[in-house]
Amino acid sequence: MKYVDEYRDEAATRAFLDATRAIVTRPWTLMEICGGQTHTIIKSGLDRLLPPEVTLVHGPGCPVCVTPLEQIDRALEIAKRPNVIFTSFGDMLRVPGSTTDLLSVKASGGDVRMVYSPLDAVRIAQQNPEREVVFFAVGFETTAPANAMSVWQAERQGVKNFSVLVSHVLVPPAMEALLSAPDNLVQGFLAAGHVCTVMGTGEYPPIAERYRVPIVVTGFEPLDLAQGIHMTVKMLEEGRHGVENQYTRSVTAEGNLPAQKLVAEVFEACDRPWRGIGEIPGSGLRLRERYAAFDAEKRFDVGHVRTAESSICIAGEIMKGLKRPHHCPAFGTTCTPDHPIGAPMVSSEGACAAYWQYKREV
Amino acid sequence: MSKPTAADILNASCPLPIADYPQVLLAHGGGGRMSQMLVEKMFLSEFDDPALAPLHDGALLDVPAGRIAVSTDSFVIRPRFFPGGDIGSLAVHGTVNDIAMCGATPVAITCAFVLEEGLPMDELWRIVKSMRAAAADAGVRIVTGDTKVVDRGKGDGIYINTTGIGIVREGLTISPKRAAAGDRILVNGALAEHGIAIMSVREGLEFETELKSDSAALNGLVASVLDTVGDAVHVLRDPTRGGVSSALNEIAQAARVGVRLDEPSIPLSEPVRGACEILGFDPLYVANEGKVLVFVAPDRAADALAAMRAHPLGRDAVDIGEVVADHPGRVFLRSRIGGLRVVDMLSGEQLPRIC
Repeated sequence: MKYVDEYRDEAATRAFLDATRAIVTRPWTLMEICGGQTHTIIKSGLDRLLPPEVTLVHGPGCPVCVTPLEQIDRALEIAKRPNVIFTSFGDMLRVPGSTTDLLSVKASGGDVRMVYSPLDAVRIAQQNPEREVVFFAVGFETTAPANAMSVWQAERQGVKNFSVLVSHVLVPPAMEALLSAPDNLVQGFLAAGHVCTVMGTGEYPPIAERYRVPIVVTGFEPLDLAQGIHMTVKMLEEGRHGVENQYTRSVTAEGNLPAQKLVAEVFEACDRPWRGIGEIPGSGLRLRERYAAFDAEKRFDVGHVRTAESSICIAGEIMKGLKRPHHCPAFGTTCTPDHPIGAPMVSSEGACAAYWQYKREV
Repeated sequence: MSKPTAADILNASCPLPIADYPQVLLAHGGGGRMSQMLVEKMFLSEFDDPALAPLHDGALLDVPAGRIAVSTDSFVIRPRFFPGGDIGSLAVHGTVNDIAMCGATPVAITCAFVLEEGLPMDELWRIVKSMRAAAADAGVRIVTGDTKVVDRGKGDGIYINTTGIGIVREGLTISPKRAAAGDRILVNGALAEHGIAIMSVREGLEFETELKSDSAALNGLVASVLDTVGDAVHVLRDPTRGGVSSALNEIAQAARVGVRLDEPSIPLSEPVRGACEILGFDPLYVANEGKVLVFVAPDRAADALAAMRAHPLGRDAVDIGEVVADHPGRVFLRSRIGGLRVVDMLSGEQLPRIC
């Protein structure tokens, strides 16, 4: 398949691994930001082919994993209401809240529907004018444009029974939070290629400069990752910092300007707690006042949710790159995909799910 | 009179006065005259089998001595009609295939309908015709049945249960426990076609190429493999729900052996690969309804593969991996870039990723 097979080529991937082996002289810890990258690394077995000096830790770029528990509990509260059709990307349906998850709410009679696009949720609202249709707007800069579009379209078309429960997060503030932590281990980043496809690369040079760290914008196929790792290790070995772009077939310096414009029209930056990590200033998006009518948190009285997070789960330390999934005492014992304690065991982008699914014997 | 073809069957018009009963009514399952009319005019006339004719409580069949394989399956699927088949043909193929996977020649199946009040009679008629055509193609008889009607809103249009029996070939033991180190694992063509086709129509996903279910009766293909290599076939398995990964994990656990797959050799059509890439699905977990995994002794693998390729349903048959003595109970896959990973069973269903 064109644009896939080329990037899964064994010889080309091995060439970058060999080149990395040839230049590496000491241990380095790199973090891939995005959960999609984590899954490619583990699924393709790339981590087992790397020189032993290179350690990959897995970043917070899993929308499902970082959506705060209180927001999931709010979603569950709203989804239980009889007049509500609650819509969500499939990946959110199994994520454990304090006491239950969306699939269980559905089994108990809630009208919970999986959609592939937030615009499908707007259409459902148009088809069911007597019902309240809520879309769970989660994700990073990648999903923000489509989610913004749904609100913008709903407003233009006068769809009054549509609202969004927003839990959007942004990558650059999270990278700064990781780098400024005293216990940080990360020496170089593979930045998330699709986030940069939307946002461009302009946000990263100040971070690279301030923390003197190499940041390589990287794609999602095995060859992309092997090359991104090689570029990062090369910068580290040469004592350089700065921003380089491995994913040039998708990422430009300025990014997708119409998408950025739409996001800025509908959303504004805000402080946001990250599940397992804590509050990060300026790391979230919320609806602008002009679109407040579409805010599910305002439309439904769900401010009172009381959360109960597991005390065992080390998801936060994993997403900060301090530990890896198999370091968790619950991993594979009390926490499995059948009985997840933490969100990273559930999501198709979660690091724990990747370890469980593809390399459990580690 | 010559034997009707599948096309003849599917073009026939409904024998019930649809104008009088455009929908299934509760009375059609009530055991009275309306029930009788439905059974006689629609089911008996279509399935047309001497075992059905006496309207006995059960069918009486003459079978040769030896072992009999029995299998049952219930079919619930939305949408009822999909590219490449419908719930009727699926209900025949599913049970015929389960019998064939026991190394048996399917002989007869039963057919029990649970109908929801309000089901358009025309749809039922199309489903019944489709069952008859599928049974005729597979060479099995439909010998007894049952019909119940549930209140509107208490069912999903139609559920079908089929139970089948088949005669096990003499001297043959096909069982997951017989998987042995060294066995080659063959499959008769591209994977994940059924699951992706169903999902694309169910969820209204549009792709440039129409994706079609691979639903098919595999007894003919299996028979030609068994005719060729006989007892060198150790395991047969149709990787339906849960896909190839679940089937292989079950076999690895049953036989306490390991399985090694080779990713580049796993057959996938371009449209299915594209759909899986977009949705973030692993095709190894997606359902098939016309595929068989054949575990065969290594010295007969080439002959088995040739026999499969000579059959219309096996033209694209390939060798996808082997049974090993290492890592008993586990399935590993060598990825395209040469890495090794576990292929585990899924906890639940695959859900599309967010971004």
